[in-house]
Amino acid sequence: MTVPILKQGSVLIACVQSALTDGELSQLRDELAQGIGRYRATGVIVDVSAVDVLDSFGSRTLRSIVFIARLRGAETVVVGIQPEVAYAMVQLGLTMEGIATALDMEEGLALLHAVPRARRGV
Amino acid sequence: MDDGAALILVKQDVDVVLARQRGRELAAQAGFTGSNLTLIATAISEIARNIVVYAGQGELVISLAQDHERRGIKVVGSDQGPGIPDIKLAMQDGYSTGRSLGLGLPGARRLMDDFEIFSEPGVGTTITMWKWLPS
Repeated sequence: MTVPILKQGSVLIACVQSALTDGELSQLRDELAQGIGRYRATGVIVDVSAVDVLDSFGSRTLRSIVFIARLRGAETVVVGIQPEVAYAMVQLGLTMEGIATALDMEEGLALLHAVPRARRGV
Repeated sequence: MDDGAALILVKQDVDVVLARQRGRELAAQAGFTGSNLTLIATAISEIARNIVVYAGQGELVISLAQDHERRGIKVVGSDQGPGIPDIKLAMQDGYSTGRSLGLGLPGARRLMDDFEIFSEPGVGTTITMWKWLPS
């Protein structure tokens, strides 16, 4: 299944609603990279609250999304990483250094709106 | 297969998702709860992907395990792929010949309790891993 990407103001919101295959995750990465240009977005939220496993490929693709978006002029916040998923990621040895995260969509949007553009990603 | 066991053919990325979902179900059946279910599903995801990426295809057998007083779950992933020439190197964090972070195998080992790997170049690779229920 593909991930719906919604636009709210200058923010693109991608809600991952079920387990994604590697191919679908890569597709999301590419669509967000395109979407930032098409919708002139300056912020991206990726909601992974429905995701039950973030393994090495999943985490790497999330990282790619964040850094590709940054090169395209948009900041990304990954929201909704579940407690068990966070625990497994740490055990795997995956950190999300340099990547903004927030508890949920509301906190993620607040973070995007609170940080002055020039200072994001520092 | 018997109740409490599953054989999953792994050929493409959708099978990786299928394998970890089936693994989670069996782990729950074995009595695992909470974050252990996620650890097991994540470890299965890593070795299933390794099969797809490096061998093209293979299979996973997930079953309930018992060893003396301990009970738990056993996962065997096998393929007839190119094999791993240097297992010690492959088990190091950050080492990868593919498109990964190199955390797959060492990561899966950390997520599980016991981990064995047998590989012969040109013959294939078999990974067996166990997670035991907390006593």
